[in-house]
Amino acid sequence: MLGLNKKDTKFLLIVICLTLATPFLMQPFAEGTALAQFNGGYPDLMQRVAIFGIFAIGFNILFGLTGYLSFGHAAFLGVGSYSAVWMFKLLSMNIIPGIILAMIMSGLFALLIGYISLRRSGIYFSILTLAFAQMSYNLAYSVLTPITNGETGLQVRPTDVRLLDGANAPDYPNLFGWTMSTSYKWELGAHQFTFNVGFYVCAVIAIAAFYLSLRIFRSPFGLMLRAVKSNQQRMSYTGLNPKPYTLAAFVISGMYAGLAGGLLASMDPLAGAERMQWTVGGEVVVMTILGGAGTLLGPVLGAGAIKYLENIFSKINESVLHSWFSFLPDGLEDAVVWLFARFTGDGWHLTLGLLFMAVVIFLPGGLMEGGARIRAKFGRRGDIDETGAATKTPAE
Amino acid sequence: MSILEVQNVNKSFGGLKALQNVNLKVEEGTIHAIIGPNGAGKSTLLNCFVGKLIPDTGSVMFNGQSLLGKKPYEINQMGVSRVFQTPEIFGDLSVFENVMIPCFAKRDGAFRMHAIERVEREVDIREAAEQMLIDVDMIDKKHMIASSLSRGDKRRLEMAMCLSQNPQLLLLDEPTAGMARADTNNTIELLARIQDRRHITMAIIEHDMHVVFSLAQKISVLAQGTVIVEDLPENIKGHPKVKEAYLGEAAE
Ligand SMILES: Nc1ncnc2c1ncn2[C@@H]1O[C@H](COP(=O)(O)OP(=O)(O)O)[C@@H](O)[C@H]1O
Ligand SMILES: [Mg+2]
Repeated sequence: MLGLNKKDTKFLLIVICLTLATPFLMQPFAEGTALAQFNGGYPDLMQRVAIFGIFAIGFNILFGLTGYLSFGHAAFLGVGSYSAVWMFKLLSMNIIPGIILAMIMSGLFALLIGYISLRRSGIYFSILTLAFAQMSYNLAYSVLTPITNGETGLQVRPTDVRLLDGANAPDYPNLFGWTMSTSYKWELGAHQFTFNVGFYVCAVIAIAAFYLSLRIFRSPFGLMLRAVKSNQQRMSYTGLNPKPYTLAAFVISGMYAGLAGGLLASMDPLAGAERMQWTVGGEVVVMTILGGAGTLLGPVLGAGAIKYLENIFSKINESVLHSWFSFLPDGLEDAVVWLFARFTGDGWHLTLGLLFMAVVIFLPGGLMEGGARIRAKFGRRGDIDETGAATKTPAE
Repeated sequence: MSILEVQNVNKSFGGLKALQNVNLKVEEGTIHAIIGPNGAGKSTLLNCFVGKLIPDTGSVMFNGQSLLGKKPYEINQMGVSRVFQTPEIFGDLSVFENVMIPCFAKRDGAFRMHAIERVEREVDIREAAEQMLIDVDMIDKKHMIASSLSRGDKRRLEMAMCLSQNPQLLLLDEPTAGMARADTNNTIELLARIQDRRHITMAIIEHDMHVVFSLAQKISVLAQGTVIVEDLPENIKGHPKVKEAYLGEAAE
């Protein structure tokens, strides 16, 4: 089906089901219980998980397959956001033109940056991309103020032209009149589930993005990208030019980033320079490695895990900690709360750093490798194709 | 007719003259051996054929076309394949994928954006790659990761990769170095068979005289960057200049 073999079709169907069921999966606890604060099933977070999932899927096509580590993909995310907001201002609050322009502009931008950066490989390539990202950030922040609105950020205004929108078109990003912020709630006993239009738009696009990456992984083009990672020298002496293959992967992953940026702007119609900061580009690196670079599902899991944990950890402030540890004697309680507070709330990045170090040291293949190890332990050998798309040819 | 014609090639690395006025003609359909002591410049000479190095002066013509200044992938697309002294394979990929890649390169050229096709459905490529693996007796290792192969098998795989392109000229840099006797004999047999069946011209650098005299129809002896003798195998044995060049080297 869909140009996939049986195994991949099954795999895709599972991914589709999991994605569409996110409002349930991220909301496992009943309202009013102590655990309810660990629920993540609200629109903003679910949208971010899907969007960063797309970002990471695209990043993985470059990094996972070719091994070229870019620290500059935040630039494409930013270009995507600015492009989308401009479309909202000029054409329509319908997100379609915005998303299309986001992908076109980020693709062109990636072509330029990729063409220059790919003159070098390894660490020098990474540094070049980092430099470009930082330049883009500075350009967006100051020099290009007429386009980016500098430090205030680009926003939609009631006075915008919006050529294509009629008099009673919605003033918020929408898909043919369906605004992204619309949510439907469903109460089931003590549980409450939220179905948000924006999330489902992101989810459907994420599934399409995943499907495309699956096809690329299984294509001769994908094989060539893995050849780039494995041995460029052999590739050249085999009559293949590694440059255009790598550049194509770079542009594709840049367009994925642009799409993610366009979607971010579609969920919340503003774009700021901070979206281009290198830390955002670093985040997608962490997501991909944490989940498992080079695997199909890993980057999505990494994106989901990080966005979820970020949200939960950021919410745990000192008063929450005090309520948890109130059973301890006063002095001890303060000490324990002080300690934990370093790692929660604003300290989330410290936790993320430690988590990342632990994964790189103990589980270099990321969460996917962890899953495979657990399965191997419980006697289900074989069938770990996902961790090693590289290792096996599909069923004969 | 000569398929490869090298004229007055010079190459120095700093003060070291690695090649001096090298002249060489490889006749179409033959196996031409290049022998000589370590450091004589044999690998350097091959590097000048495949675009890895550009000679300081001189010309390298392949089928009447100059190879100088061409990129390695362009030279390969013209029909020149090379087996390296230390195996160059795609270590992370399976043996089968290693052989499919050159098949794709042969069919699709240096670059093609075949992102929507499926490797699984490329029946012609798969059959060609499978047949090649059968020919080199590695079909049972089809799904192994290339880096986990033994040294001899890696070399054999690299040969299979080059042969699967059906090159007009195959360059082999010490293809049997480090191989056990049995593997060496297999390799001799394989190369003889290929040459017999497909008439691929080969230039082979080799230390093992058993291999050289089993295969070569013509031998060039390189010493200190110059060709000191070029002759038929029967005239090379016991040639005084050759003996002199090898003096001090471990006797074969
Ligand atoms: N890239 C290089 N840079 C400097 N010297 C080199 C280089 N390649 C080879 N040489 C030198 O050139 C001489 C010939 O080397 P080579 O062609 O590898 O000999 P061999 O006949 O054993 O294959 C050696 O002295 C070697 O050290
Ligand atoms: Mg050598």
